[in-house]
Amino acid sequence: MNGILTSYLPLVIFIAIATVIGLVLLIVPFIVAFQQPDPEKLSAYECGFDAFDDARMKFDVRFYLVAILFIIFDLEVSFLFPWAVAFGKLGTAGFWSMMVFLGVLTIGFIYEWKKGALEWD
Amino acid sequence: MGFEIAGYSLLPVVPELVLAVGAMALLMIGAYRGDRVTGLVTGLAVFLVVIAAALVLWLPPGRLVTFNGSFIVDDFARFMKILTLTGSAVTLLFSRGFVAAATRRMFEFAILILLSTVGMMVLISAGDLISLYLGLELMSLALYVVAASQRDNLKSTEAGLKYFVLGALSSGMLLYGASLIYGFTGTVSFAGIAAAAKSGSLGLVFGLVFLLAGLCFKVSAVPFHMWTPDVYEGAPTPVTAFFASAPKVAALAVFVRATMTAFPGITQEWQQIVVFVAIASMALGAFAGIGQRNIKRLMAYSSIGHMGFALVGLAAGTPEGTQGVLVYIAIYLTMTLGAFAVILALSRHGEAVETISDFAGLSRTNPLLAFFMAMLLFSLAGVPPLAGFFAKFYVFLAAMKAGLFTLAVLGVLSSVIGAYYYLVIIKVMYFDEPIGAMEPARGELRAVLAVTGLFNMLFFVYPAPLIDVATLAAKSLF
Repeated sequence: MNGILTSYLPLVIFIAIATVIGLVLLIVPFIVAFQQPDPEKLSAYECGFDAFDDARMKFDVRFYLVAILFIIFDLEVSFLFPWAVAFGKLGTAGFWSMMVFLGVLTIGFIYEWKKGALEWD
Repeated sequence: MGFEIAGYSLLPVVPELVLAVGAMALLMIGAYRGDRVTGLVTGLAVFLVVIAAALVLWLPPGRLVTFNGSFIVDDFARFMKILTLTGSAVTLLFSRGFVAAATRRMFEFAILILLSTVGMMVLISAGDLISLYLGLELMSLALYVVAASQRDNLKSTEAGLKYFVLGALSSGMLLYGASLIYGFTGTVSFAGIAAAAKSGSLGLVFGLVFLLAGLCFKVSAVPFHMWTPDVYEGAPTPVTAFFASAPKVAALAVFVRATMTAFPGITQEWQQIVVFVAIASMALGAFAGIGQRNIKRLMAYSSIGHMGFALVGLAAGTPEGTQGVLVYIAIYLTMTLGAFAVILALSRHGEAVETISDFAGLSRTNPLLAFFMAMLLFSLAGVPPLAGFFAKFYVFLAAMKAGLFTLAVLGVLSSVIGAYYYLVIIKVMYFDEPIGAMEPARGELRAVLAVTGLFNMLFFVYPAPLIDVATLAAKSLF
């Protein structure tokens, strides 16, 4: 039991570091950032949303679609990195698993392209 | 045989591979040709399911294991897979009328059913907690989408969203249970868990409870049944027929496999849970169905009750009990598909109708339809000598042999109470004044109805094949 727990130690350290970095990045701007709002800074940026507004507003469903498409390729990359690092040890099974995964993703990509999900209008 | 890739035999997964690759090929056909090929894609999907069923039967006999034990094909898996594929194929046939309407034309429907079926087959063959979860999610994700497939219908979108939110919750519980089980046994494989869990430590039982809660949600057993009536009523009728058939078979299969092969050492612990869930489901199915006016809602309560009866067999925890579950789910599948063929056939002036009063006088306007429906309802109620009676007979027999007399008595009582609402429909069909003839049913609906109706009526003449196959399948788990 102790052996299992020790093997999770790097994970604990990782979570601790991630928490610290995340909190620091959130808190530090309040202390050191130079704050001087002007109308230009507070106006809507290119995405068309007001910078300070209720988060529960209606928005175009196309944003949602873009977000979903992003997730697909985001996941792909996050799978590819550890795969590439450990590639030497994975052998043919690892290689073909990833090829199949990429193939399935490509099918999905062709589908969304043909469906016009990548066009804004 | 040349099915080895990188040290893993792909032979046991050939049916799943064919379905998955076929689904992707159909997706490409649809993507390039647009919605006008909906009919073609649906037809090809039925063809693919039939091919997959043939491949399941073609696999060499005996127990095949691959991917380090996470994928198991035994007689139990073959039996359940054939049932699941039957449910999927019939649903695809049902959906032909639904997707033919110009406003609802979408080829993705058939592909989602196919992908969901792949998930179910993985689920049925799952040999560890990882493949169990993967199969469950592939099945469910496709189901969430088909539930909401009528996008311009408020009830359908509500059904999809409700199912999704509650399904995600149940997946969370299942995963929490799985991680506890892994934590306390140190392995995810069912065989490994069975070896490690000779006695029930508190943590392991905790994990078991969460795992069973997640599975109960999928078979819609009380107290995790809340989503069922709303989703059944809101989803388009072919989708409801699908929900009531194939996913139930797959979820029940993994329920049986997980409890029987991963936790034989702590049978006492899970038996209590299954007994409670079975009694609660049977009772709720019997009482809550009484006040329903919508036939799809009624079928939801009916399916909750029937899952309770099937779990009676599991509660016995013996090979006879498992055989009872298998016989039960096979007969339940035919009864449900037949009843939904009738519900889909009900349409007046081009509008589908789904309240029970719409059945009024069906015996005079559509005598054959009414007769088959009456037989299926008698069978659902468990009236001898129809097939539904034998289904209940085997599970109650197994429960009595295992000494669960209270469970068996309560089961028979709730079966009697539940018979009321089936009989009400028969009364409306045969003794109420007709309110206008139904439109003629589509050919595939009539074919499904004829096959399932005759099966239920004539089962008692020659029950041996099904019983024998179920006995063999149940033995392969022990």
